[in-house]
Amino acid sequence: MAADSKSVKMTDNPVKSGEAAGQTAGAGKAGAVPTLEVKNLSISFGGLKAVDGFNVVIEKGQLYGLIGPNGAGKTTVFNLLTGVYKPDTGMILLDGKNITGKKTIEINQEGIARTFQNIRLFKELSVLDNVKVGLHNHHKYSTLEGILRLPSFYKVEKEMNERAMELLSVFDLDKECDYKASNLPYGKQRKLEIARALATDPKLLLLDEPAAGMNPNETAELMETIRFVREKFSMTILLIEHDMKLVAGICEKLTVLNFGQVLTQGVTSEVLNDRRVITAYLGE
Amino acid sequence: MSFLSYFISGVSLGAVYAIIALGYTMVYGIARMLNFAHGDVIMVGSFVIFTVVSTFGMNPFIGIAAGVLACTLLGVTVERIAYRPLREATSLAVLITAIGVSYFLQNVALLIFGSNAHQFTSVVSLPNLVLAGGNLTVSSTAIVTIISCIIIMIALTAFINKTKMGQAMLAVSEDRGAASLMGIDVNKTIAVTFAIGSALAAIAGALLCSAYPSLTPYTGSMPGIKAFTAAVFGGIGSIPGALIGGIVLGVIENLSKAYISSQLSDAIVFAVLIIVLLVRPTGILGRKINEKV
Amino acid sequence: MTKNKVRIQNAVTYGMVILFWVVIQVMDKTGHLTSLFKGLLVPLCMYAILAVSLNLTVGILGELSLGHAGFMCLGAFSGAFLTNCLETAVPSVGVRFFMALILGALVAGVFGLLIGIPVLRLKGDYLAIVTLAFGEIIKNLINVLYVGRDANGFHFSMKDTTSLGLDEETGVVLIKGAQGITGTPRAATFTIGILLLLLTLFIVLNLIHSRTGRAIMSIRDNRIAAESIGINITKYKLMAFSISAALAGMAGVLYAHSLSTLKASSDNFGYNKSILILVFVVLGGLGNMRGSIIAAMLLTALPELLRGLNDYRMLIYAIVLIVMTIFNSSPKAIELRSVVMSKLRGGAKKEVA
Repeated sequence: MAADSKSVKMTDNPVKSGEAAGQTAGAGKAGAVPTLEVKNLSISFGGLKAVDGFNVVIEKGQLYGLIGPNGAGKTTVFNLLTGVYKPDTGMILLDGKNITGKKTIEINQEGIARTFQNIRLFKELSVLDNVKVGLHNHHKYSTLEGILRLPSFYKVEKEMNERAMELLSVFDLDKECDYKASNLPYGKQRKLEIARALATDPKLLLLDEPAAGMNPNETAELMETIRFVREKFSMTILLIEHDMKLVAGICEKLTVLNFGQVLTQGVTSEVLNDRRVITAYLGE
Repeated sequence: MSFLSYFISGVSLGAVYAIIALGYTMVYGIARMLNFAHGDVIMVGSFVIFTVVSTFGMNPFIGIAAGVLACTLLGVTVERIAYRPLREATSLAVLITAIGVSYFLQNVALLIFGSNAHQFTSVVSLPNLVLAGGNLTVSSTAIVTIISCIIIMIALTAFINKTKMGQAMLAVSEDRGAASLMGIDVNKTIAVTFAIGSALAAIAGALLCSAYPSLTPYTGSMPGIKAFTAAVFGGIGSIPGALIGGIVLGVIENLSKAYISSQLSDAIVFAVLIIVLLVRPTGILGRKINEKV
Repeated sequence: MTKNKVRIQNAVTYGMVILFWVVIQVMDKTGHLTSLFKGLLVPLCMYAILAVSLNLTVGILGELSLGHAGFMCLGAFSGAFLTNCLETAVPSVGVRFFMALILGALVAGVFGLLIGIPVLRLKGDYLAIVTLAFGEIIKNLINVLYVGRDANGFHFSMKDTTSLGLDEETGVVLIKGAQGITGTPRAATFTIGILLLLLTLFIVLNLIHSRTGRAIMSIRDNRIAAESIGINITKYKLMAFSISAALAGMAGVLYAHSLSTLKASSDNFGYNKSILILVFVVLGGLGNMRGSIIAAMLLTALPELLRGLNDYRMLIYAIVLIVMTIFNSSPKAIELRSVVMSKLRGGAKKEVA
């Protein structure tokens, strides 16, 4: 597969690609507009402040880690970023555009895609179809065209198949494309989830504990894949992870959450040596 | 005064619904299944009582005892044969077997008793209560029904909160797997739930047929659906919910029969259910389910 | 490849229906069809359409609906109403029947949409009971509906014929409450039934194996994940639900044109009818359209074929239902079956996807 970014950008849909091009140009002019900027994000559940004044700035192409002890509010941050929860306060800017309070599907269309801590695949669908659902908003024909099997159906389906197979081959899943998703081994299910998220052509990819439940070999392989995805798709990635080896190995910057608040943030090596971080994990 | 009279008979009808709804709600809460055959258990109970009292001419209390015994056995047997093999199957599969059991019971009754209506002799032989100088007559059946319902509610609540089996039921309804790890015999607990629900169905049958004496193999069907509606209305799985749901539904049904249209009373009952569920998607006392992301 | 496999599977399904038609034609020509079985042919097609359409909601969308008979009822009445209304304006029965099919599907589809908007927010058993409630409400309302027409146009009432206030000379009562609609031409034939079943299959199978179908199934498999990749949940739920309702409406029109008197009785359109259709869907296999057709046809024909056993036929039907479900769905039975199957195949490989 060619590694140029052209094959990666979705150019099939004229409207969407026009939009995307316009935004990229805008971002280029401003130069320093970060891919994600979050200011003072908070939410509480019945009096408990699950996330309190969360801030982060992620530059384009960065591999950013979000770490913290269990219950620190990491997944809640993801749920806020993807519109599963509406924040009480704060602002979320994606490529400089305010997306605060938007619905989950709108946020995905704006360009944030995610994976889940507990894998959420479309179990009864084939591996290929899982990715094709991800392509849903980029390759279109109407329901009627689909039922009547008009030429547009065959044309778009062909494009979708090619694109989906391309993505699957990145994750070495192309041979299993006809498997039912639930029949894949665990590690491959995690990869398929990433492939599906990438199919939506996001600007920012959120990975929720991608290495959970993996053995050291699988984790090492996953690290390579994440790095590869970043390079190949020039993707900006924010990931939650407990595996410190993985975090130290691939993340350039980290934010540490503790009891819903940002404990510290900065360059990975400095953050990991911070006494407060060690205390938060291990206790005094 | 006529309003009060319709209201009281509505409460009495609602009390019957509430007793039936208990069977639905307990089975749903503990076995996570919709027992569509529950309404037909009422019919079986009523026919047993009818046979003992009208055919053999015995005391109504012996009749009710026989009905309760027969229904308890029936409930446990049906659970063992038709539902237990599907414990780990999809809820839809269990629903279909329950429908099969419902057809089965109706057709057995049809074979034995035929499709003609039988005249059920009321199990309540007390005089009616005449109030307000003869302006308001409250039927003794209604009074007995309401009192029975209250007693059953209190007894059941006490059973669940005070006995070991009741606590086991709560545990199984909360988390079947965890309960089984704690040494609770899940199968036994579910069997007991069916036994109680079915015994209550027999009592409900006696009370229902005392108020509406025409007994056919399909007698249990519609009250069963209404009681199920009542259980959902009050919040399925909740015992006080079944009581509230039953009474509210009974009153609405009777008042709309009296003041709006007897043909539309069912439609009105269902419309109220829809409105309630749209405002409170898990019923009046139902627990809110949050899906964790 | 799966794509070819899908094509073959679909071709088998269409082929099966066409073969059934051919066999019946041959049997009819050679005089092997009893009049009893002839009377069963249109209902067989109708139940197959109902089962396939309900399978779209239950198997593909994954929502339990117990109100399918309500949509069928809407279709039946609006279709029969149209056919009777246009008696003078459009003399051809065939054309009127065709128009009725379209109107019936449209009315049921629109109601599916309107009912779906509030209902599809609910989940699981709550959704099931609310669809049951809607089905009963539709049936009850049509049961008290009186519609008449005279020189001044249409008159409606929820009370009785006299309150329609029709002109004595030109007035005609079209819908008579519990007595329903009488005099609809019995234009429904087995061939039309089969054609409608093929149309239903065409719509449903093509829908499933398209972009829309994948979106619908993704919601069934994991709503939260579907949302996270930009699938519009409400839109696709409503689409599946209303298409399913429209097809049920079409089946209703077919039904209405096979009877001289159409009544909104509990036997015709009550919740028991909805449950009966659900039984076909579940026994045929969720999401399996061919299974739905086979189950609908076998179980519709079964009580008739058992007619010799008279009083015991419904009892046998009930036992068949229980035994079949346990055999199909019980984990122990599935295990037993797979052991037997693998022994028969001599340890053949497990299939994928």
